[in-house]
Amino acid sequence: MNYNWNWGIFFEASPEGTGTYADMLLSGLLWTIATALCSWIIAFFLGSLVGVMRTLPSKAANAVGTAYVELFRNIPLLVQMFLWYFVLPELLPQSLGNALKQLPNAPFYTGVVCLGFFTASRVAEQVRAGIQSLPRGQKMAGTAMGFTVAQTYRYVILPNAYRVILPPMTSEFLNNLKNTSVALTIGLLELTARARSMQEFSFQVFEAFTAATLIYVLVNLVVITAASFLERGVAVPGQR
Amino acid sequence: MQFGIARRGLAVALGLGLSLPGISARAEDLTGTLKKVKDTGAITIGYRDSSVPFSYLDGDQKPVGYAMEICLKIADAVKTHLKLDKMEVKLNPVTSATRIPLIANGTIDLECGSTTNNPDRQKQATFTNTHFLTATRYVSKKDKKLDKIDDLKGRTVVSTSGTTNIKQINEANTERKMGLTILPAKDHAEAFLMVETGRADAFVMDDVLLASLVAGSKTPDAYTISSEPLSKPEPYGIMLRKDDAQFKAVADAATKKLYESPEGKALYTKWFEQPIPPRNINLKLPMSEAMQKQLKSPSDSPDPAAY
Amino acid sequence: MLSNFDFGVVTASLPYLFGQGMVFTVTLTALAAGMGVVLGTLIAMARLSGVPGLKHVAKVYVELMRSLPLVLVIFWFYFLVPYIGAWVTGASNPVQVGAFSSALITFTLFEAAYFSEIMRAGIQSISKGQTAAASALGMTYWQSMANVVLPQAFRNMLPLLLTQTIVLFQDTSLVYVLSLTDFLGAASKVAQRDGRLVEMYLFAAVVYFAVCFSASFLVRRLQSRVAIIR
Repeated sequence: MNYNWNWGIFFEASPEGTGTYADMLLSGLLWTIATALCSWIIAFFLGSLVGVMRTLPSKAANAVGTAYVELFRNIPLLVQMFLWYFVLPELLPQSLGNALKQLPNAPFYTGVVCLGFFTASRVAEQVRAGIQSLPRGQKMAGTAMGFTVAQTYRYVILPNAYRVILPPMTSEFLNNLKNTSVALTIGLLELTARARSMQEFSFQVFEAFTAATLIYVLVNLVVITAASFLERGVAVPGQR
Repeated sequence: MQFGIARRGLAVALGLGLSLPGISARAEDLTGTLKKVKDTGAITIGYRDSSVPFSYLDGDQKPVGYAMEICLKIADAVKTHLKLDKMEVKLNPVTSATRIPLIANGTIDLECGSTTNNPDRQKQATFTNTHFLTATRYVSKKDKKLDKIDDLKGRTVVSTSGTTNIKQINEANTERKMGLTILPAKDHAEAFLMVETGRADAFVMDDVLLASLVAGSKTPDAYTISSEPLSKPEPYGIMLRKDDAQFKAVADAATKKLYESPEGKALYTKWFEQPIPPRNINLKLPMSEAMQKQLKSPSDSPDPAAY
Repeated sequence: MLSNFDFGVVTASLPYLFGQGMVFTVTLTALAAGMGVVLGTLIAMARLSGVPGLKHVAKVYVELMRSLPLVLVIFWFYFLVPYIGAWVTGASNPVQVGAFSSALITFTLFEAAYFSEIMRAGIQSISKGQTAAASALGMTYWQSMANVVLPQAFRNMLPLLLTQTIVLFQDTSLVYVLSLTDFLGAASKVAQRDGRLVEMYLFAAVVYFAVCFSASFLVRRLQSRVAIIR
């Protein structure tokens, strides 16, 4: 293979002048993590809300929840990215649209919101499945205790449901983390984007992508380990 | 029609050129790209989406342009050189970011577009004779009143990822402490779009590409190109695989012949001084002095000072 | 506001959008899904085989693919496949691989990891007694797999395999990063050429939604039928 390997490339200065290529990848990693965490907050709360709505007795709440999930699950994430970034500002009143475009770090905020809404539809499905997996007696017990619907969910159903769905939620979290790379199409300088620009500047394709690959694998391992600790930490004693 | 005549003319020209020492390779000692083309009966040209007027998609989404025509001449020369009855010309889209890896990994044989020939890239690829010279500037909306490089301080600018221009603006940003936010875009059209939709204040690119993007926009009068350049005029070349002397010799001979003939001038006029597809815009860019010199005695030097 | 928009640009480019873009997307999805399921099944069998080396290689492969973003994998393979081709065929120069084949290989290899997880669950869902019965009848491993286990596993997992194929259909839009002309690529080329982003992207979203929504509706119906048969 006629390819000039150069693993020392990471310690050479990048043309951005702010440090070495390794620093460049590291700054990408930080953006990846920041985007993943911020969007996860949106996804978690919005997804829980939508998921709960789909289990409520109210037909209207059900319909809204279902519509939300279907809408966000059936459009590719990349298209959603473009809708938020390019289409939304044009549909808003002009002054608001312009303000949105002038926002510093616009790709970051857009990416966070887009991913948050997208992942929320997947979280909602997990939450719904979790709630429906619980014995019906739990809901009835809540009612028998004189709890309102809100109280039943808050004190009885959700604490149990979240414990049940912790493993699938971990993989949704990881999916969300990986999906941050799609935001490179709207200019977010996350890890994959940084690996790509390192490749463009240094022409060391394989070194750049190998480094990014290793970093992703490492982050995955950290998340999985953390999740298993969390699982053990929140387990109800005696319930398994 | 015009094409057919031009092709025959070139074939004759090359027939004569075959006696030159550099390209007298016999079939049995072919190497690299020429051997591959001979074996597979096909050559692959990498084209760009939106490098107007060098290589871009016309109304029917077919790649056309100044550099595309040059590449087709090179392909013809290869066909003649190898004495092939039939040779398929395949087309493959490339972006600024993918072109160099794709040349290196053999996906494409010729990269036809607006690729700056510089010493850095010489380490990865090689270039045939220069087909254009251009300096780095930026385009912005007139109402922003930006003209000099320093006017950009603290603003958001966009450039195409994988270009020398994004490297230059990054370097300028550090050296002059400009505090820029630099967004990388996938291609020139996407980058210009960022300025058009107000996502970025300026688009840093080769001035010729900026001029054609402005001319092709919905409101050409709304934009202005900076007067202060960020770099000296740099050469564009057709990119070839490195360490492939036989192929380069054929490409060099074909382009030299083309540029020195009246056809070279005609080709320039066709794409820079006459209406071009898809919307019949005239770029009105008369040939610069350096460019005239280049056509008279073609060079493949990566050094801006050589022109 | 909407009066500023010109949806005529959509009608004018329909032949290009569907004739080229959608054909690319659908062909890529269908071929990658077919090959991905086959490869995924083989990987699943390797993981369940109990052969020490093989088992671990398959596991590492699946876990690696699943921990990487698709965009990164697309870049990887687009640049790497020609070198792999040269290595496999022993050629001295990188083998030329077209954009479509490259995308096809990428999606096949990437989705195979996901399909293998589904098939693994499918194979495990077939009770041990059946394989035991098959070997009692004198069937070899391959015979029992081909005649007893896999047909049932496929049928049980069909809805999941199809759902994953819908995901794959959406994922193919990411070849946008390579400037290939899939459906979204075609839409964005027209959008950028004519400065009609809003119209084109909204239209693309509607088309993707219509296709995926109807497809998942059909899968759900199929799911209830499969469930009854069992």
